[in-house]
Amino acid sequence: MGKRLTNRIAVGVLWLCGLTTVLVLGAVIVYVFVQGIGQITPEFILTAPHGVNAEGGIGPTVVATIYVTGLAMLIVTPVAVLAAVYLAEYAVQGRLVNTIRFAADTLASVPSIVMGLFGFALFIEAMGLGFSVLSGALALSFLMLPIVMRATEEAIRAVPRFIRWGSYGLGASKWQTVSRIVLPAALPRILTGLILAMGRAVGETAVVIFTMGQAIYMPLVPLDPGRSMTVHLYTLAMEGINMDAAYGTALLLMVMILIFNLSARWLAARNRRLKG
Amino acid sequence: MTAMPAPAHTDALTGAAKFSVRDLDFYYGDFHALTGITIDVRENAVTAFIGPSGCGKSTFLRCLNRMNDLIPGTRIDGTITLDGEDIYGPGVDPVDLRRRVGMIFQQPNPFPMSIYDNVAFGPRLHGIKNKAQLDEIVEQALVRANLWKEVKDIMGRGGLTLSGGQQQRLCIARVLAVQPDVLLMDEPCSAIDPTSVQKVEDLMADLKSSVTIIIVTHNMQQAARVSDETAFFLQERQGEPAELIEFGRTAEIFTSPHDRRTEDYITGRFG
Repeated sequence: MGKRLTNRIAVGVLWLCGLTTVLVLGAVIVYVFVQGIGQITPEFILTAPHGVNAEGGIGPTVVATIYVTGLAMLIVTPVAVLAAVYLAEYAVQGRLVNTIRFAADTLASVPSIVMGLFGFALFIEAMGLGFSVLSGALALSFLMLPIVMRATEEAIRAVPRFIRWGSYGLGASKWQTVSRIVLPAALPRILTGLILAMGRAVGETAVVIFTMGQAIYMPLVPLDPGRSMTVHLYTLAMEGINMDAAYGTALLLMVMILIFNLSARWLAARNRRLKG
Repeated sequence: MTAMPAPAHTDALTGAAKFSVRDLDFYYGDFHALTGITIDVRENAVTAFIGPSGCGKSTFLRCLNRMNDLIPGTRIDGTITLDGEDIYGPGVDPVDLRRRVGMIFQQPNPFPMSIYDNVAFGPRLHGIKNKAQLDEIVEQALVRANLWKEVKDIMGRGGLTLSGGQQQRLCIARVLAVQPDVLLMDEPCSAIDPTSVQKVEDLMADLKSSVTIIIVTHNMQQAARVSDETAFFLQERQGEPAELIEFGRTAEIFTSPHDRRTEDYITGRFG
């Protein structure tokens, strides 16, 4: 085989593999879109299901999903950001810090069903919070913690040294430098991490089925139970109750996650423009 | 530029010593970077530190506002006094020191915020909240930094949208806004355009009546143009600490240096 032929074959294989990725994504999106688009109406999104076959809408599950994700964000953001500030700015770099980092990375790879089981044992059995939005949010925050913490740490480390020096050079203390210069400069990247973690939380099933339950009520206070969109989708599809509603839910979920990912990209791009 | 201009203010040489450094040795961990530095930096004059890359002049500059404290594992021997007070003495807060001894870096480093907020950052840090007072400080600092005319109508725009040379003058304004006694400039012109270099050199001449300026520069013509006194640093052999070879009036250093190594350097035989 000539060099040129080998080269062409290699490029062809690479191209095919790249194409496969796009095709798989495209196939999933097109399939869910075709199956689900007929369902998507304002009523479907806003009203509650009724009847034995869950006719009508999925309103309470949309609310429960946004509620539990939002609450998890509120819980996880301060903890993760402050932990990252400590790790990146204050901790003496060494074994302890490496151990914390390793723990965070391992935490990120714990299977979500295990996290759900643990959340159930801790928040429902031990702490008696019941199947509730609060239990779900706490368990989800375990899942989001390493993502947000590592993203924040990277964001803080990416703030150029000479910008900090500028602040120190003006007689700023360490905390003044961190709070007024470093964190604002790192904010776009931190937000990107937060949004990606939210996307992960919105799509999570195992954790919330264990901790928030499956009751299809509109949750009001954090101690109410609720059924997330993913759990609703799972129930509808596994029990074959209402496949149309299942596809409608799937499509809406994908649109939500797509919006999260696009806004993360938009933030990152805007950030590059501002710095450039 | 071949002819060496006479220093503008030769009387500065009789001025009081702002910084007095005695037998300074400096270490990065095990690496001995500077040895035996003894120098008096005159008040309200421009002093240039010259020498080849890696000769420790920037390191020495950062000793003067304890910026090296931020680098783990650094150590210092000897004394540095500012207005007679030991800046490494007990009870000296480096944060207060850096407010008196401002610093300009090689890379312009505006904060990612508006032009106004950049300049107001220092005064706000030190507790000034009154809007009218801040406006006044910001305007004055920008005027002194030779930038006011260019930015007075775009104060809300991001500091990073300015050109490199404007950014550097913004950083100078930012430092002047905290009213420092001393301005340390670490190769302030090596990353900016020639027009801005001219403006920075002009503002140095204007400022030195009120501020003591120390500039590290690789550009010997610049040292000759802007400074009253010049210090030549050299690391003679790799792995050995750098030393202060010669220090004196700029005109003298550039026309009749006493040390052959100084002569070799300024005539371009190495470095």
